[in-house]
Amino acid sequence: MPGQSVGVVESQRAHFDQALHLRSGGILPAYDLVYETYGTLNAAKSNAILVCHALSGHHHIAGHYADQPDNIGWWDNIVGPGRPLDTDRYFIVGLNNLGGCHGSTGPSSLNPATGKPWGAAFPIVAVNDWVHAQARLADRLGIDSWAAVMGGSLGGMQALRWSITFPERVRNAIVIAAAPKLSAQNIAFNDVARQAILTDPDFHGGDYYAYDTRPVRGLRLARMLGHITYLSDDQMGEKFGRELRNSAFSFGFDVEFEIESYLRYQGDKFAGYFDANTYLLMTKALDYFDPSREDDGNLNATMARTQANFLIASFTTDWRFTPARSKEIVAALLANGRNVSYAEIDLNFGHDSFLMEDAHYHGVVDAFLRNIKL
Amino acid sequence: MTHTLGRPDFDLIAAWIQPGHRVLDLGCGDGTLLKHLIDTRGVQGWGVEIEDANILAAIRNGINVIQGNLEKGLDEFADQAFDHVVLSRTLQTVRHTEGILREMLRVGREAVVSFPNFAYWKNLRSVLDGRMPVSEDLPYQWYDSPNVRFFTLLDFEDLCNRMGLVIRERSVLDEEGNPVTDEVNFLGSLAVYRLTQNR
Repeated sequence: MPGQSVGVVESQRAHFDQALHLRSGGILPAYDLVYETYGTLNAAKSNAILVCHALSGHHHIAGHYADQPDNIGWWDNIVGPGRPLDTDRYFIVGLNNLGGCHGSTGPSSLNPATGKPWGAAFPIVAVNDWVHAQARLADRLGIDSWAAVMGGSLGGMQALRWSITFPERVRNAIVIAAAPKLSAQNIAFNDVARQAILTDPDFHGGDYYAYDTRPVRGLRLARMLGHITYLSDDQMGEKFGRELRNSAFSFGFDVEFEIESYLRYQGDKFAGYFDANTYLLMTKALDYFDPSREDDGNLNATMARTQANFLIASFTTDWRFTPARSKEIVAALLANGRNVSYAEIDLNFGHDSFLMEDAHYHGVVDAFLRNIKL
Repeated sequence: MTHTLGRPDFDLIAAWIQPGHRVLDLGCGDGTLLKHLIDTRGVQGWGVEIEDANILAAIRNGINVIQGNLEKGLDEFADQAFDHVVLSRTLQTVRHTEGILREMLRVGREAVVSFPNFAYWKNLRSVLDGRMPVSEDLPYQWYDSPNVRFFTLLDFEDLCNRMGLVIRERSVLDEEGNPVTDEVNFLGSLAVYRLTQNR
C-alpha cells in the first residue's frame, strides 16, 4: 500500500446545547458528536476535508487507538501521509452521525428528560439534519468552507446534500457509489431489513434497553440481507461458489454452504456491536433522501443551487447504486454547467468496492484532490 | 511550421472557438486539447473518455472528464448544452457514425470533426504497393488499429449531405500540418470540418 497510516489517533467529543430542529418535526434539545481529526488545520483553515460515513460507519476513519492496535479505521487505506487523503496536506474530519451508536447522541444514549435511553423516543433523522449538525461541528472547528466533502454510499449522499444545503461552504464534493434518491428496490430491501428488526420479540417497540435485551436475531438478519446487496454476484461466486463446509450434503438446515457460513458470521459479528434502533434510523434516512423533492422532483433545479466542483464515481459491479444512478447526478450537474468529472470504476466488489484499495480508484481520487487549490 | 502540442488540427479548432464558449471534447484523451482551449481561449470545457488511463490523466490535468462510451450516445448531456462539440481524430474509431454525428448536433450548436483522409495520395500509393497505409495521421498497423471506419473527404461530405448537415467550414492539412487548398481529397492527410444542422 503506498503511503502510510496516520498511526495512533484519538477521538474527541463536542457537546452542543443549541437545539436542533429536525426534518421529521422532532427536536434534539442538546446532543453530542464524537469525531476524529487527522493532519493539521492550516492557518487559513482552507485545507479541511469532511469524510461522511455510510450506514454502519462512524468517526473512526483511519489509524488505530493506542490501547487498541487492531481497531483500524474503516477507510484507513485512503487516509494518511502519501495517500489520497494526504494528512501532510489536508486536515481530515470524520464524525459519528446523530442517531448513531458509536458515541454521538443516538437511541442508545440517555435522554436527559427521562434519564433513560432514548429508544423509540429518538426522533427520525434525515440526511439534511446530519448536514446541519456537521455544519455546527465545522463552526466549532473554525472551518468556514470545506476544501472537500466526500463519502461513499450514504456518505456520498451527505456530500451531495452539503453541496446543495451549504453551497458556499463546499468547494469540492466527492460523491462515490451513491444515488440522487433510492429506487423502489432499494427501499424494498431496507424495509425487509427493518421488518426483521421490528418483528423480533426482543425489540420491545424499540425500548429493549429497559429489558436488558437486544433484538439480535432481527439485526443479524437485516445485516445478512444488506450484506448480500453490498457484494456482486460474480464476487460471491468466485469467493464461495457452491463450496460446502463438509464434502457431502447433510440434508438439513444447519450451515452447509460456505456462503451461509460467511453470511451468518457477518450477521453475528454485526449484531454483536451495532444498535438495532440506529440501523432502523439509518435505513430511513436513506429512504427519505431525495433533495429534488424540494423542486418537485426536478434534480436539475436542485443542482442549480450547488457551486462546488464535483467528482462522481461509481463501480461497474455495484447493483445497489448502479453507475446509471451516479450518472443521474452527473447529468443534473452538466445541465447546470458545473465542473464535474465522472469515473466508472471497474472493480469486482459490488457496492463495497468503494472501501477497497485499488490503484486506479485511489489514483482518481488522489488526482482530483491534488488539483484543489488551498 | 510549428503547431500547438504537435497537433496542427488543434490550432484550427482553437481558432474556430470563441472565448467563453462551452466546449465538449469527445474522446478527449488526457485533456490536452481542452486544456489548450481553456488556457488560450478561456472556454468552459468537458471531455468524454472511455479509457481508465485517460480518465486519470485528464483529472490529473484538471480537466472535467466524463467516463462514457461514444457508441452508446451522449444521454447524460442535454440538448444544445454546448456551443461546440469536438470529435478530433476519433470519428474513424466509432462504429455508429451517423449516430454520433446526430448526437453531437443534438447536444451542441456546432460540431467540429477532424479525421484522417484515407484517399491521401501516400495512403493510396501504399495500398497500390500492396500494404495498408501507416503515416503521421494513421499511425497504426492494420492489426492494432483502433480505426473501424475507412473513408475519404468525399465520402464524408456525401454523408453530411445525405444527413442534411451543413458544412460551415473546412480545412485540410498535409502530413506536415501545412494547409492544402487544391486537390484536397488527394493531397490532404487530415481534414477538419465545422458542421451545423440544416436550417
